[in-house]
Amino acid sequence: MILRVIGKLLIPFILLFALYVQLHGDYGPGGGFQAGAIIAAAMVLYAMIYGLSTARRVFPDWLVESMIAGGVLLYLAVGLAGLYVGGNFLDYFVLDADPVTGQHRGIFWIELGVAITVCGVLLKIFYLFTQRGQDQ
Amino acid sequence: MNVTEHLPILQVVLPLASAPLAVLLRDRLAAFVLVLAATWAAFAISVLLWLQVGESGLISYAIGSWPPPWGIEYRVDALASLVLMLVSGIAAVVLPYSRASIEREIRPDKHYLFYAMFALCLSGLLGITVTGDAFNLFVFLEISSLSSYAMIALGKDRRSLVAAYQYLIMGTIGATFIVIGVGLLYIKTGTLNLADLGVRLQAMTSHRPVLAALAFLTVGISLKLAMFPLHQWLPNAYAYAPSAVSAFLAATATKVSVYALLRFYFSVFGETAVFQRLPMEDLMLVLALAGMFVASTVAIFQDNLKRLFAYSSVAQIGYSVLGISFDSVTGLTATIVHLVNHAVTKGGLFLLLGAVIAGMGGVTLARVQGVGRVMPLTSFGIVICGLSLIGVPGTAGFVSKWYLILAALEKGQWWLVFLIVLSSLLAVAYVWRFVEVAYFHAPRADLAGAREAPLALALPAWTLVAATLWFGVDTSLTVGSASRAAGQLLGIAP
Amino acid sequence: MTGFLDHYDYWVMLFLAMSGLFIVIARGNLIKKLVGLAILQTSVYLLYLAPGKIVGGTAPIVDAAFTVYSNPLPQVLILTAIVVGVATLALGLALVVRIREEYGTIEEDEILHLDADPADPADNASASQR
Repeated sequence: MILRVIGKLLIPFILLFALYVQLHGDYGPGGGFQAGAIIAAAMVLYAMIYGLSTARRVFPDWLVESMIAGGVLLYLAVGLAGLYVGGNFLDYFVLDADPVTGQHRGIFWIELGVAITVCGVLLKIFYLFTQRGQDQ
Repeated sequence: MNVTEHLPILQVVLPLASAPLAVLLRDRLAAFVLVLAATWAAFAISVLLWLQVGESGLISYAIGSWPPPWGIEYRVDALASLVLMLVSGIAAVVLPYSRASIEREIRPDKHYLFYAMFALCLSGLLGITVTGDAFNLFVFLEISSLSSYAMIALGKDRRSLVAAYQYLIMGTIGATFIVIGVGLLYIKTGTLNLADLGVRLQAMTSHRPVLAALAFLTVGISLKLAMFPLHQWLPNAYAYAPSAVSAFLAATATKVSVYALLRFYFSVFGETAVFQRLPMEDLMLVLALAGMFVASTVAIFQDNLKRLFAYSSVAQIGYSVLGISFDSVTGLTATIVHLVNHAVTKGGLFLLLGAVIAGMGGVTLARVQGVGRVMPLTSFGIVICGLSLIGVPGTAGFVSKWYLILAALEKGQWWLVFLIVLSSLLAVAYVWRFVEVAYFHAPRADLAGAREAPLALALPAWTLVAATLWFGVDTSLTVGSASRAAGQLLGIAP
Repeated sequence: MTGFLDHYDYWVMLFLAMSGLFIVIARGNLIKKLVGLAILQTSVYLLYLAPGKIVGGTAPIVDAAFTVYSNPLPQVLILTAIVVGVATLALGLALVVRIREEYGTIEEDEILHLDADPADPADNASASQR
């Protein structure tokens, strides 16, 4: 009971903190990898309190697998966008008329892709290992 | 946007992008078509790059438009373009084969993941070759290694799991040693760009951290390329992996590691630092000879054909290392030619063994008795590849041995010529074990009804067998590119 | 004058690397081997991170109040290496789970013992006839 209440209280703040780490990555320590890991940690906490089956209803397997692939594709898409507008691969300078804004824009999407993939991978690992124990 | 300027990055990005797309599609046919398209595109790109390098000599590509010593540089020279062509070419042949092959060996609902892993492994191997950045090289090495551990573990036999585990332990130790070596170089020079490292290290080649880095890199890469006596992971990994995976890894993974070794020795540390101040020549000569003789001898006593030819791979890697130990243009030419020739031969051989598994249910010597009568074409192909392993004139293997012998004569080492021929006799012995069982025994009663392999398996395998014969006759492509690459490595040719 | 312990971070790194390697070699338990492998990889993080830190240096975010910055590149590199380490460990543990399901043990010597038994009885029967 205590766990459930505290969990319900904590999880939104963990997610909020993850968003802060994600979006403040331009100006302070942080970024997609850390944010993705924190989101995954919140989900693991959720799964431990409310049970694995509930967690897998919220974050189904197909969604987790698509997140792994989607994040990488987003990263590659940013790289190819640089190619498309006339720069080199992963060239952020050309993503906007102003090179500095271009850098911000590029790294924002890159970090978003990283966050999605990291969160997906960590959840997938968590699901795979916990699932094994329940099948037997 | 001009596509021809971006070929070095597209070479890696196309296979890399096909992997997550294959996972998203979750359908084995769609995933196969997608990865096949990416693989063939990668092969086309590598051919174009090879032509470009033939004209300009060197292609440099700055990722993110950050100029080279600061950003990651992709750098294609004669050697890199040849290895790119080899890796993507083998992948382009093996992938169509794998569709028919994994049908028999892997659960259908896992097929799309197999294709994704194959694409990852391919992009990792291409990335190692194309990158000009030491840390980037490590990352690509791990991408290719992790996906190959997973692919090996997909084998039907439960021993594939243990083989994959052992490979994972050994491979990770190797990769960690490589990172330690790169880290020491980074601490000393403050740069990770391979070409820049090469320039900056010249003033400090006798400093102790640099020598330590050389040692760590040598051991780490030797683990990855299965140089004797660090080859323990290889035989089981090749023997119990799915047939298509055995063929792909045997033909490419160790070859790319040899490429990495050449890159570090000749482009980073420089030939004087490695070979003239240190006794590396003698060390590599002894290890190469030990590998050639011990591994060939062990191969003779194997009962499983895949294991037999895996040990033969260790021996053949010995020839490549022997070429490096000569530290001459002819020696390096021999090494590079042997990379290509052995990749083509072993790739074809393992594909044919996969066809035998499909027909006879296994490749233990006891099981393949009389396979020459039941599957005449496949057995004939295996014999041709075997002749190439021995080094019979008219096959690719002869060409590489010829250049090895030339390099030995150049150094005036007559006794080495004798040893090279002697080790070929050991190859005759292990190939003969197959010939004897295949042609001079009657098929087992329950297997007499086995039929020749289907076209989907036979065609890719015979493509590589044909290449084995072709490279034995027309050497302009292999030897031409290899001697150019060797000249570039030693700083003689532009 | 540099003393024996001035570069103590390298000694720590070496100690960690050697203990990790020793565990990988000396232990027969597959999980313990992976633990050793993880320690070996962790030691490398230290090798990169320690020289990248400058005493009194701050994160390289340009501001008028600071003049000394630490090199951020090693941290980026090691973040990548940590990802690789996580992936290796996850794959290794997944393999151990599968090995345990197939063999019923995770002790290396017992697995080797089990594999010494004929896997394909039909092959070995005809081999002995030959």
